[in-house]
Order: sequence, then C-alpha cells, then structure tokens
Amino acid sequence: MRSVHRTTIVRDALAISVATGAVAISFGAIAVGSGLPPWSVVAMSVFIFAGGAQFMAVALIAAGNPLAAVLGGLLVNARHLPFGLAVADAVGPRWWQRLIGSHIVIDESVAFTLAQQDPRDRRLAFWTTGGLLFIFWNLGGLAGIALGSAVTDPAVLGLDAAFPAGLIALLLPSLKDRATREVALSGAALAVLTTPFLPAGLPVLLSLAGLLTLLIPRKPEKNEEAHVGTTGAPAC
Amino acid sequence: MLIAVIAALAVGTYAFRVTGVLLQDRLQLPPRIRHVLPPAAAALLGALAATAALTENGALAGVARPAGVLVGVLLAWRKAPFTAVVVTAAATTALLRFLGLP
Repeated sequence: MRSVHRTTIVRDALAISVATGAVAISFGAIAVGSGLPPWSVVAMSVFIFAGGAQFMAVALIAAGNPLAAVLGGLLVNARHLPFGLAVADAVGPRWWQRLIGSHIVIDESVAFTLAQQDPRDRRLAFWTTGGLLFIFWNLGGLAGIALGSAVTDPAVLGLDAAFPAGLIALLLPSLKDRATREVALSGAALAVLTTPFLPAGLPVLLSLAGLLTLLIPRKPEKNEEAHVGTTGAPAC
Repeated sequence: MLIAVIAALAVGTYAFRVTGVLLQDRLQLPPRIRHVLPPAAAALLGALAATAALTENGALAGVARPAGVLVGVLLAWRKAPFTAVVVTAAATTALLRFLGLP
C-alpha cells in the first residue's frame, strides 16, 4: 500500500511535469520569436525557474522595459518566500539539501508537498515534483528554441487549463478542513476580484488576507461537505 | 542589459526561496505561526489557480478554459486519478476552442 502510494506520487509528479514541459516549449518559441538570444532563454529557465515571471520578463524586455521586467518579476515571485516556509520540513535538514532544494520551491512542488501528510511522502513529493519539473521545464525550453515558430500555440491543446486544474486537484484534500477552506476560498476570491486593478503578482500575495478569516470566532464544527467549485468564483 | 535583468531576477527569486526555507529553522517559529503556514500556502495556491483559471492579462478569460478547469475539478472531486484530471481539463478546453468558443 505504502509503495503503491509512493508510485502514485511519482506518476502524478511526472504528469504535471510533462504538461509544464509542453508549456515550456511555447515559452522557448515565444522568447526567441521576441528576439531574445537563445543563451538568455536557457539562462532564464535554469536560473530563474519560474514560469509566470519568465513569460512576463520576455514580454517586458521585448517591449523595451527591462526595469519593469525585474520589478514585476520579483513581485510575481515574492510568493516563494511563504512557500519556502511551508515546505522547509520536506526539503531536508542538510545544508546542501536546503541550498539545492530552495531552487526547486515552485507552485507545483509546494502543492504536491502540501497534499501529503507523512514526512517521508512529503519529502518524496517535494523532490520528485521539483526535480522532474526542473528537467522538463528546461528540456521543453530547449525544444522551443530549436523549433521556433514551428511550435503550435499551446492554447490549441488546452494546456492553459492543465495548471489550474492540477493545482485545485492537489488542494482539494486540504480544503476538507473548514478553516483552511475559508482561508483559501476567501483569498482566491480576493485575488480574482483585484486582478483587473492591481499589477500582476500582487493579487496572489493579497490572498494571504484570507488568513484573517481565522480570527472570526466560530461555533464548533458540524459535519460539512467539501465545498468544491472553480475556486474563487466571485459568488463565494 | 539582458544579462543584468536575468541575474537580478535569478538572484531575487532564489533569495525569496532560500529565505523561506532557512527562516523556518533559524527563527524557531512559535507553534501558532507554524500552524498558519499550510493555510497560507493553500491561499496562495488557490489564488494562483483561480486567477489562472478565470483571468487573462487582467481581464476575464473566455469560456473554454474555465469550463475545462471545472470539468477537471469535478473529476478530482469524484476521486479520479490526477493524470485523468489534468488531461481531461486540457482536452475539454481544446475541444471547446476547436468548436469555436473563446
């Protein structure tokens, strides 16, 4: 049973990594298509390793606004600090684990780690997802550079739906807890509602305000069904 | 110029990551703060998922992507395997776009 569960973790991590690798192909193609030299596209994927910030940086560099690329990218990536806090136990105690592991703290590895309870499963989920994602993100980027304009728009394949669906699937178990659910849903709703008005990155950080729901005094918990839906729909 | 932008983003992003990881044991966070970390991460991930599902460049996304995500989430809710969730979400969105929906 235990080994079956661990095989499932690896298989699921591989699935999200392959989907992300396909998005990386389009990143590589778009970046060289915007006139960036191939070395810079490789350097971004190896050293920044954060999709949202990389796409944003390419667009802003191409638009001739490098300062906005840096400031905007850092704003988008600030979430990795609380992410690091949340998965530090899964990264491991040794100094080299912390130095290397820090680099693969990313949305997917955090979501996979949070979905596990057992410390050994958490460690496996973190390192497998982060490691595979790093490999596929970089291989995909290289493929995109090589293929250039021959790459199909990932929207045609619906790949933009894979990331949010995968994230929500990983979050569902933790949303069974009422306190976590209220924090996450109110935070997500706040992020969606403020997205039209705030610079990219800020709405996601603002979701931390959902933690304020923990301060609301409440009656003892009755049995409740997990609330599911497209998280953060304005109706929540 | 380009190399400076990439270096600044790489150093800054790594600094966020490593600070979070190292703060955990350096600070010896009190249990109350430690207790808040999983819901905080859930809020950030939920916000990422919701904005990725529903918005595009600061405006509402079309119909195809939210619909695909919704189908994926329903499958996940019914305990479908993760791979099936991801593939079905993408396939639904691709199909709706093929049919001409935005």
